[in-house]
Amino acid sequence: MSGVNKPHEIVERALELSRADGCVVIANETSTANLRWAGNALTTNGVTRGRTLTVVATVDGGRGTASGVVSRSAVTAEDLEPLVRAAEAAAREAGPAEDAQPLVEAGGGAAASAGFTDAPDETSSEVFAAFAPALGESFAQARAGGRELYGFANHEVVTSYLGTSTGLRLRHDQPTGSLEINAKSPDRTRSAWAGQATRDFTDVDPAAIDAELARRLVWAQRKVELPAGRYETLLPPTAVADLLIYQFWSSAARDAAEGRTVFSKPGGGTRVGEKLTELPLTLRSDPAEPGLEAAPFVIAHSSGDDASVFDNGLPLTATDWIRDGVLNQLITTRHTAGLTDLPVAPGVDNLILEGGGPRSLEEMVAATEGGGPCLLLTCLWYIREVDPATLLLTGLTRDGVYLVEGGEVVGEVNNFRFNESPVSLLSRATEAGRTERTLPREWGDWFTRAAMPALRIPDFNMSSVSKGV
Amino acid sequence: MPHEIDPSFLALPLRALADAALARARALGAEHADFRLERVRSAAWRLRDGKPAGSSDTTDLGYAVRVVHGGSWGFASGVDLTMDAAARVASQAVAMAKLSAQVIQASGSDERVELAAEPVHADRTWVSSYEINPFDVPDADKTGLLTDWSERLLAADGVAHADASLLTVQENKFYADTAGTTTTQQRVRLHPQLTAVAVDPDSGEFESMRTLAPPVGRGWEYLAGAGGWDWDAELAEIPELLAEKMRAPSVEAGAYDLVIDPSNLWLTIHESIGHATELDRALGYEAAYAGTSFATFDQLGKLKYGSEIMNVTGDRTAEHGLATIGYDDEGVAAQSWDLVRDGTLVGYQLDRRIARLTGFERSNGCAFADSPGHVPVQRMANVSLRPAPDGPSTEELIGGVERGLYLVGDRSWSIDMQRYNFQFTAQRAFRIENGRLAGQVRDFAYQATTTDFWGSMSAVGGPQTYVLGGAFNCGKAQPGQIAAVSHGCPSALFRNINILNTTQEAGSS
Repeated sequence: MSGVNKPHEIVERALELSRADGCVVIANETSTANLRWAGNALTTNGVTRGRTLTVVATVDGGRGTASGVVSRSAVTAEDLEPLVRAAEAAAREAGPAEDAQPLVEAGGGAAASAGFTDAPDETSSEVFAAFAPALGESFAQARAGGRELYGFANHEVVTSYLGTSTGLRLRHDQPTGSLEINAKSPDRTRSAWAGQATRDFTDVDPAAIDAELARRLVWAQRKVELPAGRYETLLPPTAVADLLIYQFWSSAARDAAEGRTVFSKPGGGTRVGEKLTELPLTLRSDPAEPGLEAAPFVIAHSSGDDASVFDNGLPLTATDWIRDGVLNQLITTRHTAGLTDLPVAPGVDNLILEGGGPRSLEEMVAATEGGGPCLLLTCLWYIREVDPATLLLTGLTRDGVYLVEGGEVVGEVNNFRFNESPVSLLSRATEAGRTERTLPREWGDWFTRAAMPALRIPDFNMSSVSKGV
Repeated sequence: MPHEIDPSFLALPLRALADAALARARALGAEHADFRLERVRSAAWRLRDGKPAGSSDTTDLGYAVRVVHGGSWGFASGVDLTMDAAARVASQAVAMAKLSAQVIQASGSDERVELAAEPVHADRTWVSSYEINPFDVPDADKTGLLTDWSERLLAADGVAHADASLLTVQENKFYADTAGTTTTQQRVRLHPQLTAVAVDPDSGEFESMRTLAPPVGRGWEYLAGAGGWDWDAELAEIPELLAEKMRAPSVEAGAYDLVIDPSNLWLTIHESIGHATELDRALGYEAAYAGTSFATFDQLGKLKYGSEIMNVTGDRTAEHGLATIGYDDEGVAAQSWDLVRDGTLVGYQLDRRIARLTGFERSNGCAFADSPGHVPVQRMANVSLRPAPDGPSTEELIGGVERGLYLVGDRSWSIDMQRYNFQFTAQRAFRIENGRLAGQVRDFAYQATTTDFWGSMSAVGGPQTYVLGGAFNCGKAQPGQIAAVSHGCPSALFRNINILNTTQEAGSS
C-alpha cells in the first residue's frame, strides 16, 4: 500500500477495504495558524497541520440498518484496514440506527467535485505576513495612546474529501478566519471590543480597528450608572447573530414535533407557518452566499438531533428558516423530515438575517429620539439557555454599553445581565437596520459566517447590574 | 493494583521523536524546549427513547513542540511520526518564536518569557485510578445498559421521552523537556447521563429531569455502582420527581435562604471560584476572551472572598478527580494547596511562566493542553469547598431554614467576564417551610454577586454530605480548548439569596 498517502487515495483505499453493506469516508485535511496577544504584546501562537479520517460503516440486518463511526487523526496507509474494520465492528455491535436511510447516490450532477484528486488547500504563518507587522505597529500606537490591546487572530483551512460506496466523490475547501481586538484603559475600568470574520486576512486593518476602539474608550470616559430594568436597546449585528445562532441550533424539527422546544405547537406539531414578527424579516442560509461560502453538501461525522451520517453528501441549498416574518422551515435530516412531514433541510454553516431598513447602526443611533434612555450594546457574552419552553437565554453585556441621547452617544453605562428570548425579541423589534457581515462573539469558535442587521428593541430586559468590566 | 500504560502507546517512538525535536530546538538556540506526544481517544454513544441515535469514536494522535527562543514563545505541532518530521516541527516552533519576537520588538515591549524552576522528574510513569477501562468493554454492553436504563424511564407514567448518553475518554501523554524531565501518563474518565422528558400535549408545557451522577475519573465499574452511586435508586425516583415538577407551582420571586446540594453547588464553585482564582486570568491574559477576575493579584492575602467558614483548596491529586494527574503538561508534579482560607483569598492556580512572572518559586502544576495540536495553558485544578469536620447533614441544614429552597442538580449557568454576577438554575427546587421540604417549585433561577454569595454562607455540611462533582467540557483560551475538572463540596446554607421567576423574566413589558 505504499504510495497511498494523498487524501483522495486514502479515501479510495478505505472504500476498497470496506466489507460492509455501505461505507462513507471523510478525510479532513486541516491547517491552522494563530496569534494571540495581551497587554500590547504577543503571548501564544501556533501553526498546526493534521488529517482526520472518519469511516462510517453501515450494516443491514433483519431489524434495520446499523451504523458505526470511527475517526482517527494522523492516519497513514497502514492504519486504514484497522480503522475500517473498527467502524464495521462498531456497526455490528450497534442496534439498528433510527436514522438509517439509503446512502446518497451519485447522479444528479453533484456526484463528483472538481479537484477531488488535487492536493488540499492550506494555510500557514504566511497568512499573517502583512497582518503581523501591522499588528505590531498597532501595539506601539496603542501604547503611545494609553491603551492596552488584547486579542486573537486565527486562520484555518479545512479541505474535506468525501467518498461513498454509492459513488460520491466530493471535495470542499473551507477557509475560516477571525480577528478579535479588545482595547482597555491601563486601569481596566474601560474596555471596548471589535471583531471581524475573514477568509484570508487580506481585508483586515488593525490600525482602523484600533482607531475605532480608541473612539469607544473616549465614549467611556463619562460613566453613567443605570439600574436593572427594561430599556430601549440597539443590538449590534454581532449580538443579533449570537442570539439567532442559538435559536438556529434550537430549531431541530424532531424536537419541536415531540413537543420539547419553543417551536412546538400546543396540541401537537410544530409552529411552522406561524408569524414570528411583524417586521418583514427573512432568516436564511445559503452555501453559495458571496463571502460566506460554506459546504454545499452534508458533512456529518456523527449523527445527532439535527444531522445524520446517512445524509453525507446530500446537496445543501438555499433555505429560508423564517420568510417575511413567518417560520418557514426547521432543521431536518431525511429521517426527521419523514417523522415531521417537513421538507428535507439540513443545517448550513452560515446564517443571514435580512429584510430590515437601509440604516446602518450609526444611522440608527442618530435616529434615536428622546423618551427614556436608549442603550447601544457592543456585544453579548456567556449566553446560556434558562428555559427551553420560551428559549429564554441569559448572558451579559460586555465591552461597552453606551448611552444614546439626542441621537448621539453621551457616555458609558455599567454592564448588565440580561434574560431574553430571541424568539420574543424578533416579535418585539421595532426596527431592523442594514444587513452586514459580522463576527458572532460568543459563538465565534463554532460559527463565524453570519450577516445580520442591528435591531432596535423597545424594552430589552436587563435583569441585574453586573460589576464586571 | 494500578494499571500499566497501554502497550500500544508505549510502542510509539516516543523517546526517539522527543530526542529529534529537542535536539533540533537546542541546535537552533532555544532556551527551553518541550515535546509532548498525545493520543486521546474519545467515544460517545447517544440514544433517543432507547434507540441508537448516534455514536462516535475519535482518536487524536500527534505531538507538539513548544520553545522559548529569544525570550518569546514558539509553538508548532505535527502528526508525522518520523524523526525528520519531529525535527521540522521543532524548527517551525522556533520560526514562530522569531515571528513573535519581531512583533514584540515592533511594539516596543521588553517582556521576556521565563519559567519557574521545577525539579527534574526523570522517566516517571503515572496511571489514574480505575478498575475496568471502558474501552475494554464491548460497545454492545454499553448501548445495552443505556437501552435498559432508557426503557426503565420510558415505562414510567408521565415520561414521554428518554435521552441517554455515555462519553468515555482514554488520554495518554508523553512529555519530555530540555531540563531532563520525562513523563508517561494515562487517564481514564467517563460520563453517563439520562434525561426524562414529560410533555403535556394539550397545554404544550414540558419539563425534563436529568440524572445527578457526576462525570468521574473512574472506569466502567462506575456504572455498576462503584464509588457508591446507586443507579437503580436514581433511575427509579426520576419519573415521580418529573411528574411532581410538571404539577409544581411557579416560584414566587424574592429573597430566600438556600440549601444547595453538592450536585448543584459544584458548578457555582467552578464558575465563581475556580475561574476567578486562575492567575493568568487575574493578570489579564484571558482578557479578550474568557475574561479577567475580580480577585486581582494585589488582593492576595487580603480579599474577603466569603464568610469565615469558607475554605477552598486546589488540587491535582484527588483520587478519581477529573483534573487529577501525576505531572502537568510542563513537567510539574501534581500538588494541592489552599485557595481560600477562613474566607480570605490565599492562593491562585499557576503555570510555570505565570509563577515566575509573579514571584512564586514554583508552579502548582496547572498547565494543560487538551490535544497535541494545542499549546498548554493554565487550566483548572480540582477546586473544592472543604466540609466542616463535624458539620451537619443536609437534612439538618434544611431543618435550620424557615423559608427557603433546597436546590438539587445543575442545569443552566452563566457568569460575567470578571466573575462577579452569576445566574444558575437547577434540576429541581424544593420549597423549605419551617425546616421541612414542602414540594417542588418551577421557573426558578438564583442570581448573586460572587463575594456577596459566599459571604452569605452561614453553614457548610459535614464530610457525609461531600460529593465530587464536575464537568468534561470546561472551555478556555484561544484557540478554544476544553478540560475536564472535578469540584468536591458539601451541602451548604446561604442566607437571603435573590430568586427570579424565569417566566416573569421571559415576559415582555
